[in-house]
Amino acid sequence: MLEITDLTKRYPDGFEALKSVELTLPQGQLAALIGPSGAGKSTLIRCVNRLVEPTEGSVKLDGTEVTDLGRSALRGARRDMAMIFQSYALVERLSVMENVLSGRLGYVGFFNSLLRRFPSQDIQRAYKLLEQVGLEGLHDRRADELSGGQQQRVGIARALMQEPKLLLVDEPTASLDPRTAHQVMGLLADLCDEHDLAAIINIHDVPLAKEYTDRILGLNAGQLVFDGPPAELTDEVLPDIYGGEDWSAHGEQSADEEDDDDDEDVRSSGQFLAEEVL
Amino acid sequence: MSELPEEMATPRTWKRPPLISDPRQRWALYIGVIAYAIWAFLSIEVDVQRLVEGADWARQFFAGLVQPDFVSRADEIWYGFLESLTMTAVATAIGVALAVPIGLGAASNLAIRPVYLTCRAILALSRAFHEVILAILFVAMFGFGPFAGLVTLVVATIGFLGKLIAEDIEAIDWETVEAVESTGASWLQKVAYGVAPQVMPRFIGLSLYRLDINFRESAIIGIVGAGGIGATLTTAVERYDFETVSAILILIIGTVYAFEYISSAIRKRFI
Repeated sequence: MLEITDLTKRYPDGFEALKSVELTLPQGQLAALIGPSGAGKSTLIRCVNRLVEPTEGSVKLDGTEVTDLGRSALRGARRDMAMIFQSYALVERLSVMENVLSGRLGYVGFFNSLLRRFPSQDIQRAYKLLEQVGLEGLHDRRADELSGGQQQRVGIARALMQEPKLLLVDEPTASLDPRTAHQVMGLLADLCDEHDLAAIINIHDVPLAKEYTDRILGLNAGQLVFDGPPAELTDEVLPDIYGGEDWSAHGEQSADEEDDDDDEDVRSSGQFLAEEVL
Repeated sequence: MSELPEEMATPRTWKRPPLISDPRQRWALYIGVIAYAIWAFLSIEVDVQRLVEGADWARQFFAGLVQPDFVSRADEIWYGFLESLTMTAVATAIGVALAVPIGLGAASNLAIRPVYLTCRAILALSRAFHEVILAILFVAMFGFGPFAGLVTLVVATIGFLGKLIAEDIEAIDWETVEAVESTGASWLQKVAYGVAPQVMPRFIGLSLYRLDINFRESAIIGIVGAGGIGATLTTAVERYDFETVSAILILIIGTVYAFEYISSAIRKRFI
């Protein structure tokens, strides 16, 4: 469904954020994109919907070459690729409902959107989505009154409002506490399953990525260095993605932790990475 | 990590690095600034005789001020006041309406390069001259009266508001705009949903502040012939009619207070 070939992003100063990335994503697949900060994870997903213009290469969504599209055709393609952000990126002074409905901006004309006149089936869909993400009754609250986890749920509802084929998710859990992070990842996984959506999820939390996704992509210095199912992402290959050498020393420790996971899977995940960074 | 030898080698004092790292340059600058301040102060010539002569005038002036007279020149005061209010309201409305598109164009994160440079040039030009200079030019162009004042205030409002709005837009949270853009929104929708809500409270606050500046400016530019309460004020001063001057000043102060009250009441609703 999504075919990325030879994708390169070179900035004017010569820095190559992405180097000939090749990636094919079938419908309905959840892929986690992991890698150190600055590896180009955000750049990669932003090149897919062209919030960042790629320098070379091709991005095909259902056979349509996205990189060649003109302005209005690009708007059409963007409706099929919804994005979810680390800092939620809600319009904070607008209500929850307005934020969710803004997912339909690609379908509604300017004056109707300015006057908040959305088709009734959109409004109905918005109410249903709010219920699905667990925010029933909060539609008239201002977005910035909600907690982080709730705001991220609004972000998810907004994304699904687009009726997308693909979700581009940028660090959905990095601003959330471990418990809420699990809930949000679980919600994302369920919704993708239900709507048969493919997703690329940038994420720093390796255990969380392994738990909820079908496929792990490892990015280092703009190059894909790992591509495989979560089970193949062992402590032996983590240095290839993140650099450093002492991952194996941590291997035993994380294996120990996994035994406890069954009892309290909420607690462990963030910590082991956090310790590693320190 | 906390072994003793390492602890010993760790410095115990720290100073913020100075702004100018070369001490000779730094002290030269300090001494230069102080020397200039002393020289500038000494160069002010105070003519004691003129102060003594002026004291009598000052006494008359203040005597007039404590006895404001709204009645004898009521017609002129009222006419000038209304003219100023009208000038202020119309100029602010037109100025704000024009400042919005120019401000959007002058935001480097929204506008393409040629539009950006054009709008920045317009803003720089409209702020290049003080209102009084603008008023003198427009009076020369359009003749005496409130129209010259109106044009002056419109130009000044565009320069003030356009620049501040543009800078505000450049500082907004860009991820929110990206989020709106990634839904397939058009440029106008991006502005309406991603940009406008973020800058709206400040935009409203600045517009109301400009309304109050424009009223005060309308009094000043009246002095150079651009109509309004300023014209009435100048006439009264030239007649040594300090009672009327006092009445006009009280009226201006009262109006500015009223604007302040109204604008803070409105602003509270939009935070």
